[in-house]
Amino acid sequence: MSGDRIAPDTRDDQLESRALERQLAKVWGTPSGFWGALATVDHKIIGRRYIVTAFVFLLMGGVLALLMRIQLAQPEGRLLGPDLYNQVFTMHGANMMFLFAVPVMEAMAIYLVPLMVGTRNIAFPRLNAFSYWIFLAGGILLWVSFALNMGPDVGWFAYVPLSGPQYGSGKRADIWAQMITFTELSALAVAVELVVTVLKQRAPGMTLNRIPLFVWAMLVMSFIVILAMPAIMVASSTLIMDRLVGTHFYNPAEGGDVLLWQHLFWFFGHPEVYIIFLPAVGMVSAIVPVFARRSIFGYLPLVLALIATGILAFGLWVHHMFVTGLPRLGESFFTASSMAIAIPAGVQIFCWLATLWDGNTSLRTPLLFVIAFIVTFVIGGLTGVMVASVPFDTQVHDTYFVVAHFHYVLIGGAVFPLMGAIYYWFPKITGRMMSERLGWWVAGLVFVGFNLTFFPMHVLGFQGMPRRVYTYQHDMPWAELNLFVSVSSVVLALGFLLFFIDAVRSARWGAPAGGNPWNASSLEWATNSPPPSFNFASIPVVRSADPLWEDPDVLMVAAGLRTDRRELIISTVTEAQPQARESSPRNSIWPLWAAIATTVMLVWSIFSPWAVVWGSIPIAIALIGWFWPKGDPEDE
Amino acid sequence: MNRGTRVAFGLLPALACTGCVGWQSVLDPHGSPALGLDLLMKFIMIVCAVVWVLVVAMLFVALARRTPRAEPLMLGRRTQDRMRIAVAGSVAASVVVISVFTLASYAATRMLSVVSDDELMIRVRGFQWWWDVTYLAATPKESFRTANEIHIPINRTVRIQLEAADVIHSFWVPSLAGKQDLIPGRNNDVRFSAARAGTYRGQCAEFCGLQHARMAMIVVAHEPDSFEAWRQSQLKSATEPVKTEEQAGRELFVAKACSACHTVRGTAAAGATGPDLTHVGSRRTIAAGVFETTRGSLAAWIADPQTIKPGNNMPMVPLTADELHAVSAYMAGLK
Repeated sequence: MSGDRIAPDTRDDQLESRALERQLAKVWGTPSGFWGALATVDHKIIGRRYIVTAFVFLLMGGVLALLMRIQLAQPEGRLLGPDLYNQVFTMHGANMMFLFAVPVMEAMAIYLVPLMVGTRNIAFPRLNAFSYWIFLAGGILLWVSFALNMGPDVGWFAYVPLSGPQYGSGKRADIWAQMITFTELSALAVAVELVVTVLKQRAPGMTLNRIPLFVWAMLVMSFIVILAMPAIMVASSTLIMDRLVGTHFYNPAEGGDVLLWQHLFWFFGHPEVYIIFLPAVGMVSAIVPVFARRSIFGYLPLVLALIATGILAFGLWVHHMFVTGLPRLGESFFTASSMAIAIPAGVQIFCWLATLWDGNTSLRTPLLFVIAFIVTFVIGGLTGVMVASVPFDTQVHDTYFVVAHFHYVLIGGAVFPLMGAIYYWFPKITGRMMSERLGWWVAGLVFVGFNLTFFPMHVLGFQGMPRRVYTYQHDMPWAELNLFVSVSSVVLALGFLLFFIDAVRSARWGAPAGGNPWNASSLEWATNSPPPSFNFASIPVVRSADPLWEDPDVLMVAAGLRTDRRELIISTVTEAQPQARESSPRNSIWPLWAAIATTVMLVWSIFSPWAVVWGSIPIAIALIGWFWPKGDPEDE
Repeated sequence: MNRGTRVAFGLLPALACTGCVGWQSVLDPHGSPALGLDLLMKFIMIVCAVVWVLVVAMLFVALARRTPRAEPLMLGRRTQDRMRIAVAGSVAASVVVISVFTLASYAATRMLSVVSDDELMIRVRGFQWWWDVTYLAATPKESFRTANEIHIPINRTVRIQLEAADVIHSFWVPSLAGKQDLIPGRNNDVRFSAARAGTYRGQCAEFCGLQHARMAMIVVAHEPDSFEAWRQSQLKSATEPVKTEEQAGRELFVAKACSACHTVRGTAAAGATGPDLTHVGSRRTIAAGVFETTRGSLAAWIADPQTIKPGNNMPMVPLTADELHAVSAYMAGLK
């Protein structure tokens, strides 16, 4: 703090606003330059990085999808051989689930949640920086392996024994398992940060029933992550142990169990769907009231639906295993629970419809994506109800019907809202609007291209086409539909391409947005676009669920935070009464070192179990550096 | 083409009607439980289609409707109450629909799993990437092995015991029954009966590695008499070759690496890790559905199995042109 003329304990209400913003920028800002960028713990910078990285992975996964569509466009296609095709479909699935869908949803939360709850940074900001580096390392590991022809080829689900020591040759399955470790580690870290941010850092007055639905969705999602990810961590670690040190968790010849893998995988794998889907419905709940010009109908049922989905999500993993020969009565229970999850989904759809019904809708691009979402997702939800029925499932399980179903749920149910959310929050993040005209084109191309691509896959499934086949023979009647699907996928790809073009173009040349271009009601719109490093010059005080509509002119603020160090308000869990002033960690390069040390250990451990021993030493050193008191004002 | 599906997927009728349904299709059921499943699936899909139409109609009405409102927080109390009733009603209707589906699924499972006293017992073992088929009987003499082709009599319940020799596979003949996995260390089974004589195709439905795409099987449903004739022919040992070329082929088959993996009953070839070839010439396809069985396709397969089905477990056994001719002639003659 050299050259600083401000007394050590100056509070924010003792400075006039220009001086306050200058001082806050000095304390909270990220120094320019290479090391500054690597050391930052600003949730907005990290969130932006996360979002951009995840979209790069989306682009790469999309290219893989197009390769598969070229291969399948005609019988006995020759573009990809069986070995490469199996790598490509495994990479597509693993990449889209672990490197795009989950991270991008968490990334949106990293950027938006602290703004929406009116605080200055996410909780555990250094862990946040660490999580990004780990995520990036996991993604690079996967894609570099693929480039070296070492990409996993056992499906994103890596069923044993195919992925086990006997049948999964080389290091491919180990790379899959270790990529899981990376992405789970980063997802868990973010989940913990979000839970603490939402429960303890809300602006004064933001009681539980005033939390924006988007934030509720992210809170429930974070709890699902915390409860579901350990199962896959156990699964991938035991798989690696079977492969690397000769344990027999999954070897039936030695008393292991093949189905144990499926139980562990799907105990994570099904909640995973809701980890992706709940943030998406949170986005829809944020967009609908703004463009209906009416506060959301059914706030309480919507919150309860999110929580109910989060709980039910853990009770239906067995519907992925309906044809493994489990007891019939048990299967019927999972039919009931799988169907039951349609109820909270229905509640949400009906509440959005009611909001739109009683609203005065303005058809801007974000709302277009919501419309595309409802039309498409309802199909995916209903085919989900179909496959929840055991007898129905025995005919369509592992066919293209299921491929169609989950793309309807994941693209229709999650990517459409995400694209709407990008159009909606892009002005907040960049300070510039995306193009409305291009937006209509993007929404149209993506919606039409998607449905033309994936709808016929239902029919292909009924016609007996299994999933994960690298080709099919001339005498099967699937050629015409497959060609149609492949041609349609080009339309879908064009839509995405236009979306990326619009985003890149608008980031530089888009029309300036101003603080609140959509006249929305939540707190992220109460600051500049893009927000300053400290988010809010003064912490707002919340008096309703739609604070900017309730107090359109002047928002009440809380005062008394120190300005010579990073400080934010800790509030009570339910009532959000201010409890304490808490220091927030400043920038540090140590999370990067810790991430590098962790990466070395995890990658090394693919090749030798001793890596876990020797690799822990640098991690310990990095963690000591991370937590070592350095005499900053934040350490007081 | 199946009407129910057309109704359910009315959006793209042109697509759904691409005509030929094929011999491996859910839409072309010819046995139990596939016929019952077909009814259940039509019922569920029609109801779901109606639900979708209602939701989308509501969406567009809601979008078109205008409610002049100066402030987003000024809500009409009566409208609010009416919307509460509408939403609650819709939720209640959803509960009814999914309860009906759940009960229908449960009832269908119960009704379709009928056990009969006079079951034909067949054991199918899944290998990477072919199906080993054993007809089980009370006495070993009545039992025999074949591969990739299952013959059954019509109107009699067939019980297939499912085992996996290496990784997980899934047994699926959509015209006859839903699928069931073959899992190492577990015993599963699937029961079905064919209502009509004919040939039905099936394919492995669980990803099982490199050649998952080329792991098909054929189920041939016969009239009872013709099934019995087939069974009797399969019980016999291999036909004695008469032509000198075929005899030479047999000698080569036994002497070369072939007999290490394959069995031809009646000869010294007794390998067990590959398909039983005692009557390979009578089977419709070779290499799990890759080729129709002809002398030419047999020769092509024996000459270079790794190009035709890369990664499969049959090695290329070096043979001269004459030897290849002889072995393929012998194989083709094993009717």
